[in-house]
Amino acid sequence: MAHEHKLEIFRGLWKFKSNTQKIWGVLAFLTFVTAIEVVLGIYKPAALTDTYVLGMKLLNWIFIILTLVKAYYISWDFMHLRDEKSAMRRAIVWTPIFLVLYLVFILLVEANYIFEIYKDGFIKWNF
Amino acid sequence: MDTTVTTEIKESTWGGGNRPLGASYGKLMMWFFLVSDALTFSGFLAAYGFSRFKFMETWPIADEVFTHVPFFHGNYPMIYVAFMTFILIMSSVTMVLAVDAGHKMKKNAVIRYMFATIIGGAIFVGSQAWEWATFISGDYGAVETNGGRILQFVDAETGDRVALADFAKSIPSERVEHVESNGIWYYGEGTRTSFTVDEVIEGFKANPGLAIKTETINEEGEKVVLSRQESLAKLADASQVVEGANLIHNEYGSRLFADFFFFITGFHGFHVFSGVIINLIIFFNVILGTYERRGHYEMVEKVGLYWHFVDLVWVFVFTFFYLV
Repeated sequence: MAHEHKLEIFRGLWKFKSNTQKIWGVLAFLTFVTAIEVVLGIYKPAALTDTYVLGMKLLNWIFIILTLVKAYYISWDFMHLRDEKSAMRRAIVWTPIFLVLYLVFILLVEANYIFEIYKDGFIKWNF
Repeated sequence: MDTTVTTEIKESTWGGGNRPLGASYGKLMMWFFLVSDALTFSGFLAAYGFSRFKFMETWPIADEVFTHVPFFHGNYPMIYVAFMTFILIMSSVTMVLAVDAGHKMKKNAVIRYMFATIIGGAIFVGSQAWEWATFISGDYGAVETNGGRILQFVDAETGDRVALADFAKSIPSERVEHVESNGIWYYGEGTRTSFTVDEVIEGFKANPGLAIKTETINEEGEKVVLSRQESLAKLADASQVVEGANLIHNEYGSRLFADFFFFITGFHGFHVFSGVIINLIIFFNVILGTYERRGHYEMVEKVGLYWHFVDLVWVFVFTFFYLV
């Protein structure tokens, strides 16, 4: 197995001299992202909670996007997907993404429908 | 590379001598497992999303549920879970450093880093156990209505939660305990709450400064607090006192929230626990020199993949349970 590591992240904007340095760099980045999430989670700025994008609060979109960013760096740099062949990487990444998007879409649409029924239908559940 | 079985590399392309993905059998199988496990967790989180969307306007607010930090009193939402997240990311880092040291065949460095990883995992599991214990024992107590909804008590002025013990009236009453000797069909007595519903209602009536907080979330994203009159009227629906949370009752709000909390963080905690065990096994193998003799440390890399996956799942659990 080849032990070469690709030593640049952010599309080459940040290059490291060794794999060990890259690991610490990624840790710093992940900690930074988590800190942003925690601060936003505690203070919940009104500007972000009052703005809705595609039916969801902007704050929640930020949380989800930051989560995906973290997931990317964990799998790419800690799990060495960056160093694997692209065929393997795609097989691992796109399979779950496709299936999960499908499942989430179906379940959330259905749940929203049930929510409407509970709200406007002739069902008494909040008593 | 070739882990335990020495295969002939010179085999023909169609005879198994081809490696289109450039990864060993063991590593590929680990990835197969991780992808399927990722789908399992996604199923759980999607189910959580389903229940949450279904009860969009009454779902508990995580910031009001997980507010405790060990050894500190007060209201600190998010802090402890942020600490847990950091511990797990940190142990992921020591794991990847162990893998890196393994590539360079530095046995002692692998031992050190794996040890740090195991300690990190143990701290995380311990923190989760504490979080569970705090969640189960509850803090303020609430009453449940006939419809199974939760009514919490707050100070009408400040909006702060008030514990049942601070206002409930003590009403002495006769209680006859059913014992096994005088029953044909005997059921043991279940858990009893500290107060009866009547004691809570009388106490509420005697304290004009109290109001009831419902499960409903208003447009500002806060739980609705009823006026004094509405509170008194609502209290007539109370059927039982709830202290803490289990799979059937949950003083924090929707019982489904507690169910999913136990299920998802429990399943994740089980993964962390088994990850620690597997790490320990590999750790001892490293000490014994198994991989030194084998000529490569790919086992460390494989168990590392599993460990990072546990971290990856936590990133999502953290977002969907505590942040969103």
